Order: sequence, then structure tokens, then C-alpha cells
Amino acid sequence: MTITREEVKIQGRTLPRRFTWITLGASFGASCAVFLGLALARVTPDFNVAGAVVVGAILYVILVGVISRLVEGRRKSVDRVMAGVISAAFLIALIPLISLVATTAADGINRLDMQFFSASMRNVVGAGGGGLHAIIGTLLVTAAASIISVPIGIMTAIYLVEYGKGRLAKSITFLIDVMTGIPSIVAGLFAFALFAIVFGPGIRFGFGGAVALSLLMIPVVVRSTEEMLKLVPNELREASLALGVPKWLTIVKVVVPTAIAGIITGVMISIARIIGETAPLLIIAGLSTSMNYDIFHDRMTTLPVFVYTQYTIQGADAQAYIDRAWTGALVLIIIVLLLNLIARILSRVLAPKGSR
Amino acid sequence: MTSRARARLGDRVFEGAAVAAGVIILAALAAVAIFLIAKAMPALVASPAELERDGTDFWPYVPPLIFGTVWAALLALLFALPLAVGIALFISHYAPRRLAQGLGYAIDLLAAIPSVVYGLWGILVLAPAVRPLYEWLVNNMGWFPLFAGPVSGTGRTILTVAIVLAVMILPIITALCREVFLQTPRLHEEAALALGATRWEVVKMAVLPFGRAGIISATMLGLGRALGETMAVAMVLSPSILISFALLQSQNPTTIAANIALKFPEAAGLGINSLIATGLVLFVITFVVNALARLVINRRKEFSGAN
Repeated sequence: MTITREEVKIQGRTLPRRFTWITLGASFGASCAVFLGLALARVTPDFNVAGAVVVGAILYVILVGVISRLVEGRRKSVDRVMAGVISAAFLIALIPLISLVATTAADGINRLDMQFFSASMRNVVGAGGGGLHAIIGTLLVTAAASIISVPIGIMTAIYLVEYGKGRLAKSITFLIDVMTGIPSIVAGLFAFALFAIVFGPGIRFGFGGAVALSLLMIPVVVRSTEEMLKLVPNELREASLALGVPKWLTIVKVVVPTAIAGIITGVMISIARIIGETAPLLIIAGLSTSMNYDIFHDRMTTLPVFVYTQYTIQGADAQAYIDRAWTGALVLIIIVLLLNLIARILSRVLAPKGSR
Repeated sequence: MTSRARARLGDRVFEGAAVAAGVIILAALAAVAIFLIAKAMPALVASPAELERDGTDFWPYVPPLIFGTVWAALLALLFALPLAVGIALFISHYAPRRLAQGLGYAIDLLAAIPSVVYGLWGILVLAPAVRPLYEWLVNNMGWFPLFAGPVSGTGRTILTVAIVLAVMILPIITALCREVFLQTPRLHEEAALALGATRWEVVKMAVLPFGRAGIISATMLGLGRALGETMAVAMVLSPSILISFALLQSQNPTTIAANIALKFPEAAGLGINSLIATGLVLFVITFVVNALARLVINRRKEFSGAN
């Protein structure tokens, strides 16, 4: 390059806009070519996608850094390199997500049949069987946990936003924050310790699981409801109180209906969070291969525990067990995604008309 | 007058219910501590003869577990923190405005996936995939103490666990960092730009210093998550009770949570009590970590002009 410009320019020398994309294409092209060559020459068994992507990314960062340094100077080159590194961080995080969803979908589809949804694992050895008992267990335990958590959670949030002052409110807020971080297995141990003192150490039943899950669910409900109640404008409360409406009716008829969309979204998301919990249920709800509709008696399996036991306790025909585990995982992911999706849609539909 | 009295009654009942709900939460948290201590006590005070019968002496048993828990969590943090800050910056300052929200949602999806699915993925997909890499590391960098051989034949090592844990705590760290980065005062950024700063210099001079407290507390919360994560560790790791820094061997220090999950179904007698005692230790550790994180966040809230 011979750069002898006569005209005076305020701006320093800059690379053209296309530069980024051209370098990107060039480095990934080169990297792919090398790895394809390796695969064709039988050095590696097949085309190594991960290797090609990583080498391409490193090549890109080096190329951009060096060229930009030569043409644009140090500061611009650092800027470009960091932009590359930060984008790469994002792409790296997508790899496990894509790999996980793709594998679960591909391997879970094998057993995603009617039998999976209509049969339990009672007396099943090897292939066949299904996860109906686990699906029923999940629904019952989650419903029981929601029945416990949602009223307590919403009332606590109302207390914190509408009434709470002073030390009690402060300590509740703080402890709820801390409760969000309780390991799920500790919640399970708590439920076990509680019911073992009452019913003896062999106790295993679905309701205990619901109590353990409530401990994990309540803080999430409180947090999200609190945020939503805080968003309700004070003018609404003042207008209602000025009309002579008692405070509790103001809350029930004005404040909560205004925030209901957000509250429902929060509840759905908290359900999505606990529905995948395994550890506490493993401890207090136990394992079972049969149908059980009674959460107050006998062991009850939920879907996550089903996935776990299908993998860990494999029988003679191991592949059949692994297939069932993947199908259980797929069903679980679909349920969680649906809950998230419905929550989002509901929050759109139910949002107060004025705020759109 | 009567209507006024009735209104007051309704108010009193409703407020009472609200306060009661709040107090229930306090009581529940206290109950967790009390019942765990009550059930852990027998293991803590048992005589050596009793312990010998059930084969679980608590005091020599716990340090390796604490070590494994902290070691796995710190390794996970080592991977997750730089990535999470990068992702948060990408979403808040680098990605096109229109894409940013959708990308944030994609990362949030990682948080929605149940841990047992991560476990399944870790052992059936990730462990076989990283095995060649581990072999290479041991063969070529075995002089480095962390990569000392012999290499595990299954890939079910503490490094694999740390990678899975890192993926699992990424979303929570990312979400908090993103929130903090978005709160950076617009004027700080514009001032930096007006002085001729490049985008990276804006990030370095305005965004990161402003978000430092947020990054620290997000890290602590991620650490709390990683310390308590159970199923992924229980499924992926091939566990032993020992203290070892080697990352790639088939003998790995296990974590408290995973140990409980694996041993609990078959435990009996004092064995149950000592498992609950280890759970109590885990509860105390995570409580302290989370409380510290929250204190940092709350202090920042009081003093910053952003809220």
C-alpha cells in the first residue's frame, strides 16, 4: 500500500465497513478448508465442526487485530479485537444450548409414542413401559406446591408493598432474597426432617415433596409479585382511598387487578422453575414404578426423578432405559417451554389497556 | 358510623392475613434451620462406637466434601464469569437493538432447562466429547499439576462437572450483569464518546466501573447456585471422598449435595443423620454466600443514583 495523500483529513485512516465481514469469511473459510483437508486425508475421523469454529474464531481475532493495528492504530485495533472476543463469548454460550436441545429432541423422539403417555413402569423390564405415573406425579406435586405457595407468596408481597414498614418488612425482604439461594437438596432434607420427626424415618410421600418445593417457589412468587405491585401507580390507590374505599378493598379491587398480568406471569415462571426439580423429590417423595394418585400416601415419582432413575438404574436392555430417560427429558423441556410461552402470552393479553 | 367500623374490621383482617403470610416465611426459614439441626445432632454427638456400626464418622468425612463443593463451584465460576460478562456486554452494548431482547431470551432459556436434563446431557454428550481433549492435555501438559495423569477413561471428571455447572450458572450471572450494564448513566457513556472514545473504551471507562458492584454480587449469586447444584454433579461425576486438585483423573472429590443425593436412598440409622448434618453445612455455606451477595447489592442500591 502506498498511501501518500495530499489532501488534509481530520479523520485518521480507517478500514472500510466491509472489512469485518471479509476477514470473518476469510478466516472461517481458511479454517474450514484446513479441517476438511484433515478429514479427507484421514488424519481426523470426520469433519471436526467445533475445531473448525474455534480455530476460525482465533484466526479472525488475530487477523483483525494485526491488520487494524497496522492501518488504524492501537486503540481501534483493541476495540475491534474486544468486539470479536465479546461476540465470541455469546456464540460460545449458544453451543451448549443448541447441543442440548438438539440431542434431547433427536434422542427423545424415539419413545415419544402413545405408550409413553399411557403406561407406567409397573412390572416393566427392558423395552416398553412409559412415564404416565411420573407425569401424574409431577402434576399432583406441582399443583399441591402451587396451592401452598401462591396465596402465601402473594399475601407476603402485598404486605411488603402495601403495609410493610420498619424492621419486620426489612428482614422479610432480606430473608426472601436469601431463600432464593437455598439449595434444592436442603429444601428436600428439611421436608424429610420435618415429616420424619412426625411420622418416623421411613416416610416417603408426595405431599412432602410439595412442601419442599414450596420452600423454593415462595421466594420467586414474592419477588415477582412485589415488582408488579410496585409498578401500580400511586394515583390509583389515592383516587380509590379518596372515594372512601377501605384500604383492603382498594388493594383487592384496584391494585391487584391492575397488576394481575404480571402476577400470573410470575406464578407461571415460578412453576416452570420448580417443575424440573429432582433432588428434593428424590429424598422425600421416593421412587415408584406404579401409578399413585394420592399425594398423602406412598411413594410418588415425578418426571425429573423418572429421568434420573431411568438413567441410573438401567436394566438388561440398557438402551431402552436411556431412550425413556431422553423422552422424559424432552417432555419436561416441552412443559417448561410451554409454561414460559403461555406466561409471556398471558402477560401480553392481560396487560392493562392503558399501558399499551 | 357502623359502615366505618365494618370497614375497619375488613382492613384489620386483611392486614392480619398479609402480616401472617410474611411471618410464615420467617417461621419457615427458622424451621429449616431448627429441623436440620435437630436431625443432624445425633450424628454430631454420637460416640465413636455407634459411628463405627453405621460406617460414617462425620468429622473426617466432611472436609473432603466441603473441599469438593467449593472446588467445583470455583472452577465453574472461572469459566462462567468471563463468558457471562461478555454475553451481558454483547446484549447490552454490542448486539443490534432489535435482536438484543430475543438474544437475552435465548440465554434465559438456559436457566429454564431442568438440572436433570443437564446431567443427562453432561454424561451422554459432553463427557464423551471432551475425552480426546483430556487425553491430549494429560499427554502433552501432564507436567502441570492440575492436568496430572492418569487420565479418566470416561470423561466423568470434575472438569466436566465444572463445565456443566458453568453452563447452568451462566444465565443468572448474565441476567444480573445485563441489568446493571443497562443502568449505566447515558450521560457517562455519551461523555466518553464525545471525548473520542471507541466502543471498547466506553465499556472500559464507563460501563464496567459503574457495574463493578453488580458484577461482584452476580458472581456471588452464581457461586451460591453452583455450590448447591445437585443432580448434574451426581450424574456426571465419578465420585470419591478425597482431596485432590487433579482435574482429569477418574478419582474426583465429590460435592455435599451430590453425595447426599447418591447416598440418601440407601442410608439408614445414623447414616441419615450424618447426611443431614452435611446438608446443614451446605445450608450454612450457601446462606453466608447469598447473604453477602445481597448485602453488596443492597448497599449499592442505597448509594447509586441509578435507581
